[in-house]
Amino acid sequence: MLAFVVRRIFTTIPVMAFVALFVFSLLYIAPGDPAAIIAGDQASPADVERIRASLGLDRPYLVRFAEWSFRVLQGDLGTSIFTSLPVTQLIAQRIEPTLSLMVLTLIFAVVVAVPMGVVAAWKAGTWIDKSAMAFAVFGFSVPVFVVGYLLAWVFALKLDWLPVQGYTPIAQGFWPWLKNLILPSVTLGLVYIALIARITRATMLEVLQQDYVRTAQAKGVSQKDVLFLHSLKNAAVPIVTIIGIGIALLIGGAVVTESVFAIPGLGRLTVDAILRRDYPVIQGVVLMFSMVYVLVNLLIDLTYTLVDPRIRY
Amino acid sequence: MTAQPSVAASAAPGAEQAASAPLGSAARFRRYLRRHPSVAIGGGLLVVMALIGIFAPLLGTVDPTAIAPSRRTRVPSELYWFGTDMLGRDIYSRVIYGARVSLLVGFSVAILSSVVGLAIGLFAGFIRWADGVIMRIIDGMMSIPPILLAIALMALTRGSIENVIIAITIAEIPRVARLVRGVVLSLREQPYVEAAVANGARVPRIIWRHILPNTFAPMSVQATYICASAMIVEAILSFIGAGVPPATPSWGNIMAEGRALWQVRPHIILFPAVFLSLTVLAVNLLGDGLRDSLDPRLAKSL
Repeated sequence: MLAFVVRRIFTTIPVMAFVALFVFSLLYIAPGDPAAIIAGDQASPADVERIRASLGLDRPYLVRFAEWSFRVLQGDLGTSIFTSLPVTQLIAQRIEPTLSLMVLTLIFAVVVAVPMGVVAAWKAGTWIDKSAMAFAVFGFSVPVFVVGYLLAWVFALKLDWLPVQGYTPIAQGFWPWLKNLILPSVTLGLVYIALIARITRATMLEVLQQDYVRTAQAKGVSQKDVLFLHSLKNAAVPIVTIIGIGIALLIGGAVVTESVFAIPGLGRLTVDAILRRDYPVIQGVVLMFSMVYVLVNLLIDLTYTLVDPRIRY
Repeated sequence: MTAQPSVAASAAPGAEQAASAPLGSAARFRRYLRRHPSVAIGGGLLVVMALIGIFAPLLGTVDPTAIAPSRRTRVPSELYWFGTDMLGRDIYSRVIYGARVSLLVGFSVAILSSVVGLAIGLFAGFIRWADGVIMRIIDGMMSIPPILLAIALMALTRGSIENVIIAITIAEIPRVARLVRGVVLSLREQPYVEAAVANGARVPRIIWRHILPNTFAPMSVQATYICASAMIVEAILSFIGAGVPPATPSWGNIMAEGRALWQVRPHIILFPAVFLSLTVLAVNLLGDGLRDSLDPRLAKSL
């Protein structure tokens, strides 16, 4: 067990190294001359050279990568071209809104999607199942910002139940914080709900055909216990896996949701950085999100071994 | 237009199993569509969107980039069916022409990432020493959320349709490569592949005769999902200002222009949003239908 945990942590290191290498290499993969693009159309040749030097594009690739990774390991993600502030500082300022949005969305999505998938599997083939799955297809097809504007228009503008846009830090009270995040979380959660509900249904359908489920039913265990205790527990691994993988969707969706609802988080930081061609900020955000993603999935993998005694590698 | 041959081609294997009596190909195609209504609905809707894009100049549109400040932000009327935007451009014309951008990006990314992903997947599946390295690189790439990867690439290039296509393709390649590698690894153990090896068949022939035909079904399903996701990512990139140039009539661009005015002129966002959602829905339905008909085992569960 301990050996597995250690081994699993060690296999994450090369993945993280490749993530870093890839994020770093984007500067070289992108078609055209990045220094000229970042400097902008009005830049003088001297400006372009200055940017080129600050990005390190004037030095050999491997030397530059070694220097860069050394600084990243020390927690230095570079300096913003536009604000001249350290990227880590900019990220730290913006992390609370994004973290709040993502955690709330995660909770909301799991609470809605798992029961939805379980019931859809239980009532497979009925109108309940069909409408749940139709909802899932809809969730995959309607882009995040479309959902966002639609919800904001109905619930904020027309019904006036919730604030239209903005963000209140949690330090200023739980309720104001929550009120501002309800619409963004529902918006961001839709595609995630679709994904989790679909996988939950598929896994549950398989589990419900197992002999021990029939045995439980024959013993007279209540339907609720059969579904949520006997079956869902055994279907947990694929469901939790997809929850972890789906966090990539949440990260991508957060960028858009934050622009729709004017939330001053990492997504807005990214969008502002795009408009200012502030590449070090974009690079820092991409690297940070990717590392978080790898770590979350590592944690999920490790949790399995603790929760599910059948898993031994 | 582009959708039709692919539907017909992938329809063939499923339809052959279904039809016991000899039927004409048209009759078989009709039967296939009847049995898989989501292919018919999704494919049909997609063909309609493609026709709209192709015949955009004939559908009562004006120049989608023509600016006229005197008639800006009009609400929908008989003259301006979907209203006008902040620069006085006709939104109906922009939305109709926007179908071209969306479909072009969707199909190009689906085709390009399938071809490159197939090559990488075959290579990793067959060359033992390369497999470990390629898979670690793919794991690394897949750890970067696709939208962020596309954003980072777009921040480094000029906004153009070609660059948007390249950026999204790079973000989608690992998914295809991993799928193909999985298929190759499972097929390699099949008795008929071992028999071919024992017969002295060379690797290119094994790939061509035994492996490639079997990757077709999962890849065509994957390609539809990539097409759908590429269209959404294009719209997102344009919406946040990292996509095609602002003057280009793309659904994401129209919505980006409508952002500042969404509380008073929601229709600017509404029309492109409806078109985008319908198109993505069509592609997703087509993908679900193809998956169900190509893999009946999965059809029951997913």
